[in-house]
Amino acid sequence: MSIVAGRILVTKIGLDGHDRGSRIVATYLRDAGMEVIYTPPWQSIDAVVRTAIEEDVDVVGISSLATDHLIVPQLMQALRTAGLEHVGVVVGGIVPADERDNLYKAGVRQIFGPGALREAIVSAMQRLVEEAQAARRLQSAPPRDADSSAK
Amino acid sequence: MTAKYQDGVSNWEAEFRAQVPDAKPVYNRSGIEIKPLYTPLDWDSSQYAENLSYPGTFPYTRGVYASMHRGRAWTQRQLIGLGTPADYNDRVRRLLAAGATAISLLPCNSGFRGLDCDGVDAVLLGTCGTVINTVGHMERALAGVPIESISTAMNDPTPFTLLAFLLCTARRRGIPWTRVTGTSNQSDYISHFVANHMFYRLDLPGARRVLLDQIEFCRAHVPNWNPVSVVGQHMQQAGATPAETMGLTLSTAIQYAEDCIGRGMNVDEVLRRFTFFFDISISFFEEVAKFRAGRRIWARITKERLGAQNSSSWRFKFHGQTSGVDLTVQQPLNNIARVSTQAIAGILSGLQSMHTDAFDEAVSCPTERTALIAVATQNILREEARLCDVIDPLAGSYYVESLTDQMEEKILAIIEKIQAAGGMYEAARRGLVQSMIGASAIAHQQRIDRGEQKIVGVNAYAVDEPEDTTGATERPDLTAMKRLIAEFVAYKAARSTRQVNQAIDNLRRAAANTGSNIFEQVIAAAEAGVTHGEIVGALRQELGFGHPLVVA
Repeated sequence: MSIVAGRILVTKIGLDGHDRGSRIVATYLRDAGMEVIYTPPWQSIDAVVRTAIEEDVDVVGISSLATDHLIVPQLMQALRTAGLEHVGVVVGGIVPADERDNLYKAGVRQIFGPGALREAIVSAMQRLVEEAQAARRLQSAPPRDADSSAK
Repeated sequence: MTAKYQDGVSNWEAEFRAQVPDAKPVYNRSGIEIKPLYTPLDWDSSQYAENLSYPGTFPYTRGVYASMHRGRAWTQRQLIGLGTPADYNDRVRRLLAAGATAISLLPCNSGFRGLDCDGVDAVLLGTCGTVINTVGHMERALAGVPIESISTAMNDPTPFTLLAFLLCTARRRGIPWTRVTGTSNQSDYISHFVANHMFYRLDLPGARRVLLDQIEFCRAHVPNWNPVSVVGQHMQQAGATPAETMGLTLSTAIQYAEDCIGRGMNVDEVLRRFTFFFDISISFFEEVAKFRAGRRIWARITKERLGAQNSSSWRFKFHGQTSGVDLTVQQPLNNIARVSTQAIAGILSGLQSMHTDAFDEAVSCPTERTALIAVATQNILREEARLCDVIDPLAGSYYVESLTDQMEEKILAIIEKIQAAGGMYEAARRGLVQSMIGASAIAHQQRIDRGEQKIVGVNAYAVDEPEDTTGATERPDLTAMKRLIAEFVAYKAARSTRQVNQAIDNLRRAAANTGSNIFEQVIAAAEAGVTHGEIVGALRQELGFGHPLVVA
């Protein structure tokens, strides 16, 4: 497994406070060499967007146990509005099968349910970090024309 | 006696080693090494009278009452809460008809956060509990439910608005408060602070004070209510081992008892109303030993350390809930087998009341169908398997007694560690408990990741299954919820502003003045039409917001 440094925000939105899952995932990611920004639960959507900007994260991981995933589509909208399209969003926890499509449609890249294996979580995060960093390079790169004329 | 068995045991051991030369050591979740065989060498039965005695007799290892389940089976208390007050009422009446003998009320997560329904995204309302923001909501939720004859457990943290709404409902029905029975089963603010941040609304010192005020109030006015339920469940769910859970829970109970004594309350009057609430994991024998050891330790602590003289103070009465952590999303019907196993452990441990999880609890709040299967599971174990026939049937097993002793030793070491840190309140405030729980959660997860702890359908015996086996997730009817919000907003607008402001003022003054009883004013405010969110909001202004302490 290659080690990709990346910055991941691990957080909980909405009303629930259970954090066993998010603590374990944060440990997994730190052990894999990633930098984890970890927040208390009950974050507002605005607060998550703000933290994502301030901490310049590559991936946002939302942990949800008690139906807070239902407001993830609103988070996705807020991230887009803030110009954070390059940031990958992953949801971990309890998302009933019939409610997954709604999250994917809103732009969530991956959903991990109970029993998800460590390797699967870490490698998906590494892939999303790489994609986010590539997207960011693309955004900040000068226009193609300017690039070729320089050579 | 030892000599009598020594040869036989040595011979067996030699033969065992020959047959299984590469036998690896086995440990339970609490880290105790489990031997392949237990014999008379592992348990000193000559200490029977001191360490076990008889059910209903100190130190209550074998059960807190002489009759135990032979006299009266455990109470079937299913945790329920969903949707609007009307939805709750529907569900609770059907569960009662199906054999539930007590009820519980789980409020909506918005309520846990101290918010009213008009301050939250409607899509989150009622998904995990019932929206109860006013006395009127409580009256609707309990319509036709005989609260004078059935015990109610309120999942109701500080400042106990649900209990206040219940007492107002009783008053409106003409039921004296002396006839109101049940439990504030989320009054343990320390467990919320250390384990799940779930019901944590007020800052630690404020939460501490409101609990003591509520205990004092109930002692005087609602004498058959259990104001304190010390919750081990949250800590075990968050990752604490069974031994840690028991040690931390008893440390919490010691803290609350000492706080009450510090207030000048009579220790026996307080302790007789203490109850406990635990998780029952699938680690079968470990759970049985956990509860048997817990009973023994609590009896000794209350008598010897806290100075209680009344036998009802020494009794460790507990509610058990089968552990949701052990349930899997994969092959969800398998969870019926897991819940049954957990429930048997709880019953054989001599619990006083029980909630069995529905098999779909790993994915959602239970549907009506799955909740009924969970109740039926209890009925089957009681009526068909006849688990009530014999009291403490595992007693005298060399293994169970030896394990009970070893668990006791582990639990006592944890209690000592917490005492050395200045007691549970201090240990929680400083994050010590959170670190302990977090480390155990990681250790357990690593055992699963390494395959040392197998979970059927997850890291072993996985099968291909159709994507969705549970059908469409039931969510509260958004139209009905929006109607509830509209009614709530209209209700607030129609109240007497003067009366509401006066009640809120009284509440804040009580909070600011340590000589006043806050809970008394919570009830007065509820009676005056003040809402849940307004009550919590007013108290937060005086006592501070309950910020979670994150230890990650």
